[in-house]
Amino acid sequence: MTTATASSSVGAGQGTASRASQSREQWASVRTYISAAVILIWCLAPAYWMVVTAFRQVGFTYDTTPWPTHVTLDNFLTAFDTSFGNRFGQALLNSIIIGVTVTVISLIIGVFAAYALARLNFRFKYLVLGFILGASMFPGVALITPLFQLFTNIGWMGTYQALIIPNISFVLPLTVYTLTSFFREMPWELEESARVDGCTQGQAFRKVIMPLAAPAIFTTAILAFISSWNEFLIASQLSNEATQPVTVAIASFAGAQPNQIPYTAIMAAGTIVTIPLVILVLVFQRKIVAGLTAGAVK
Amino acid sequence: MKTPRFLFPAATAGILALTLTACGGGGGGGTTGGGSDAEANLDGRGPITYVQGKDNNNVVRPLIEKWNAEHPDEKVTFKEQTDQADQQHDDLVQRFQAKSTDYDVVSVDVVWTAEFAAKGWLQPLKDKMAIDTNGMLEAPVESASYKGTLYAAPKDSDGGILYYRKDLVPEPPKTWDEMMEMCSIAKENNIGCYAGQFKQYEGLTVNASEAINSAGGSVLDDEGKPSLNTPEAEEGLNNLVEAFANGNIPAEAITYQEEESRRAFQEGKLLFHRNWPYIYSLISTEGSSQVKDKFGMAPLPGKDGPGASSLGGHSAAISVYSKNKATALDFIKFLTSEEQQKFFANQASLAPVLSSLYEDQELVSKLPYLTVLQESIANAVPRPVTPFYPAVTQAIQENSYAALKGEKSAKQALEDMQKSIESAGAGSQ
Amino acid sequence: MATELGPTPVKPASGAPAVHHGPKGVGEDNRILSQGKWASWLLAPTIIALGVVIVYPIISAIVMSFQKDAGLDPATGLFTAGGPAGIQNYVNWLGQQCAAPGGGTVACPPGTLGGQFWSATGTTFLFTVITVALETVLGFWMAMIMARSFKGRGLVRAAVLVPWAIPTAVTAQLWLFMFDFNGIINKVFSASILWTGSEWPAKWAVIIADTWKTTPFMALLILAGLQMIPAEVYEASKVDGASAWQRFRLITLPLVKPALMVAILFRTLDALRMFDLPYILTGGANNTTTLSILVINQIRQGFNSAAALSTITFLIIFLVAFIFVRFLGANVVEQSGATGKGKK
Repeated sequence: MTTATASSSVGAGQGTASRASQSREQWASVRTYISAAVILIWCLAPAYWMVVTAFRQVGFTYDTTPWPTHVTLDNFLTAFDTSFGNRFGQALLNSIIIGVTVTVISLIIGVFAAYALARLNFRFKYLVLGFILGASMFPGVALITPLFQLFTNIGWMGTYQALIIPNISFVLPLTVYTLTSFFREMPWELEESARVDGCTQGQAFRKVIMPLAAPAIFTTAILAFISSWNEFLIASQLSNEATQPVTVAIASFAGAQPNQIPYTAIMAAGTIVTIPLVILVLVFQRKIVAGLTAGAVK
Repeated sequence: MKTPRFLFPAATAGILALTLTACGGGGGGGTTGGGSDAEANLDGRGPITYVQGKDNNNVVRPLIEKWNAEHPDEKVTFKEQTDQADQQHDDLVQRFQAKSTDYDVVSVDVVWTAEFAAKGWLQPLKDKMAIDTNGMLEAPVESASYKGTLYAAPKDSDGGILYYRKDLVPEPPKTWDEMMEMCSIAKENNIGCYAGQFKQYEGLTVNASEAINSAGGSVLDDEGKPSLNTPEAEEGLNNLVEAFANGNIPAEAITYQEEESRRAFQEGKLLFHRNWPYIYSLISTEGSSQVKDKFGMAPLPGKDGPGASSLGGHSAAISVYSKNKATALDFIKFLTSEEQQKFFANQASLAPVLSSLYEDQELVSKLPYLTVLQESIANAVPRPVTPFYPAVTQAIQENSYAALKGEKSAKQALEDMQKSIESAGAGSQ
Repeated sequence: MATELGPTPVKPASGAPAVHHGPKGVGEDNRILSQGKWASWLLAPTIIALGVVIVYPIISAIVMSFQKDAGLDPATGLFTAGGPAGIQNYVNWLGQQCAAPGGGTVACPPGTLGGQFWSATGTTFLFTVITVALETVLGFWMAMIMARSFKGRGLVRAAVLVPWAIPTAVTAQLWLFMFDFNGIINKVFSASILWTGSEWPAKWAVIIADTWKTTPFMALLILAGLQMIPAEVYEASKVDGASAWQRFRLITLPLVKPALMVAILFRTLDALRMFDLPYILTGGANNTTTLSILVINQIRQGFNSAAALSTITFLIIFLVAFIFVRFLGANVVEQSGATGKGKK
């Protein structure tokens, strides 16, 4: 099952492959492609429907023809139309500002914490771990009212920090735990030997450990970014028109009449919102591969 | 070894709790005094903020521009909430609980008035703050009042209407029994007979209350106590239960909200359909509509004559925490004036609260259903006016849903509703 | 790199804890002390961030949960503060007791939120167990495929993230739209299922939507874990003639376990707090009310009682997490336990 074709070619180079195993590998690669196709269908079919709907005329929202019909770009124009007070463009920017800030800050302080938890020896380690995990256990819906009052009292309502700081706290437990678990698996003796070679502890960490940890760090970054990108509950109460993220902007889309859910405009917005993330992942994926190569060189 | 360590957060939390209580303020308890806030700032003038849900037809902005041009020192800022009633409600509650001065004039759904008034969040519109309700329809005024005091100015109204296929049924049914008899016509044409909104959500409260009220029952008595243990209430709810059981209401109607049911009707799959007036323009113009010229509108059918619609709509209220209540009062008078009411009706098809406008020839020719709607609103019963509305609607929804699905009898469902509503009010001394 | 291979399970390639390299005796104590100082500096930002945004609300909720909800004063028609409640709010939830008209309490009649506590707990656990299990299996499978090198791997990796990249607010509407009685799902499968209108279809609708949405989270974390396994480990094991299943069970699984456990742990915590999907898809009807939905419904009816429910939910989740960490080995610092133990 785990036959990686890359490593099998190494095996073939060593001349251990018989004809039987070759055909077995071909079969394995066919299976890989079948699996990949199933994954693609499962993940993309609903998204496909989102895109098809995004391009449908409002009057034909519920058309169930499986391919695009009544095609129009109106929904995308509607999403960005600012005349009725929609601020989707601004909201997109806000989401990026909030998402990037949350990701960077939570990664930095998460790396600190994870390093301490994985590498240092100190009292109350379990207390700290329990505390961090405990922060992921309270129903999010019940956090809103206290936070609302806290931020009203200190005059932070509608500010970026009122959206960024809660988001950092929401992603921190996951960030710290993921990074800690990966840091535990690092070959730290490499850091020691780098120090023997004259590096300081900081240099050793940056130059030897960070490249090795790259897959973990980029994975964590994606997790953190998307979770902040998705956040709705807190933002819906604590943001204002100038700072609201896309999730809130989408929720404020409205049909031509009350009670109408503007599915086509929501799907158009969903499509717009998803594209930058997919690009982001494609870019990050290069980094992940780069991190791997750096690790292999050691 | 690990166990005690792992449990430490709880202990620490306990200690921290003691130290933080003082500054925690225990906010959000929904407790009120209200009295002194209601006396303050009655003469305040200056800029204010007006808050309402999504302005679907873009009628509020032009109106505010007009106001601002005339009142340069008392400008109004428009804060638009989302389209979701629940989110609007929670947004207002958060502000009120924090005694926020951000919002001055708020648009409240008819069903929230009693709750907000009892929490002491709305400025009573009496004495110095009184407004003139002469000429307004009775039901909207009633739903904007609590314990005999007006807390909000009715702004727009809404009532249920029976849509029917005039190509198949020449004369609309006057009573529920008549309608059920006409279901044979639906069968002949191989379409469903009747549907309203029966998914478990606020719309089900509307439909179930209409059924109960139309049969002569009521959800709450004049004292605000539940009154569901009556044969009339049982007959009303049972009408729906039976129609589901014998297929006069198609089974999929259990998933219908306003839009799903509208689609079924406009795709020609229903003979009769209960909905709000807003669908009129959609059915008559939308590209996918199969019944553009084939439908008529009538009051809801009742027991012996027209039924009792549930009332929808919004009122404008002043927050007790507002700093500029004199300006706020002027602004709600402006919002509810005849001129603006007509503008709302013309531009956004919002049903006016002034009875005179229902006779207005210009409006009637534009909105041909106005006469029917006036009758509907005249016969309308406000949804239960109670400060415990969230609990009451929960009780109605959950139990009538179970009854419609055949999981319990109408009688049993009403008994459970009765008990649930009694319990909701029982926490009070 | 440690590569003791063969039929015995491979030990994760962690070096011995750093302390062991240091001098023994007095020196070690000093080092622990200075490490403790270091650790407190490194952990401070995390603790502060969590303290402000999460611990403060939790504590204020706990304080409120010992207060009665505001009651109506019949004379004025206004709500008045309820006063101290002791543990009554907790007793009411756990025993499904509601206020009785004449004073005291009665068993909550159907149609009250109080009567839904245990069924909501059951529903929450049902959703959690099924979705986390499905997501783990599917996520593992996806990660294994993505870890292979084949043409179009980049495409698959990007595609896998799509469900997760679409904001939940859109996802929920998308599934509601697709699960419509006249929607695309019934059409494609020529079915006429009332997805949101009857109990099990409604539950499955929530489960399918949640699994679709969050499997990428699992897949991504597991993939990162897979990528930390050096290729040499596999090659050596192949030379040893281990079968695919043996390699999976003896190499992949133990090496991925830390990442896998973190992924399962956090998915479980999230699933136990599931809110948006069932709320938008079914509104909590047909026995799909989760604890979080119950909390928000209760917030609208009475905040102090909702605070008690939040605290109960917190304790339930705490218990689950505790069992997880204690008995299922999801402890991310387990291996370093030897040095951490015995300090208190």
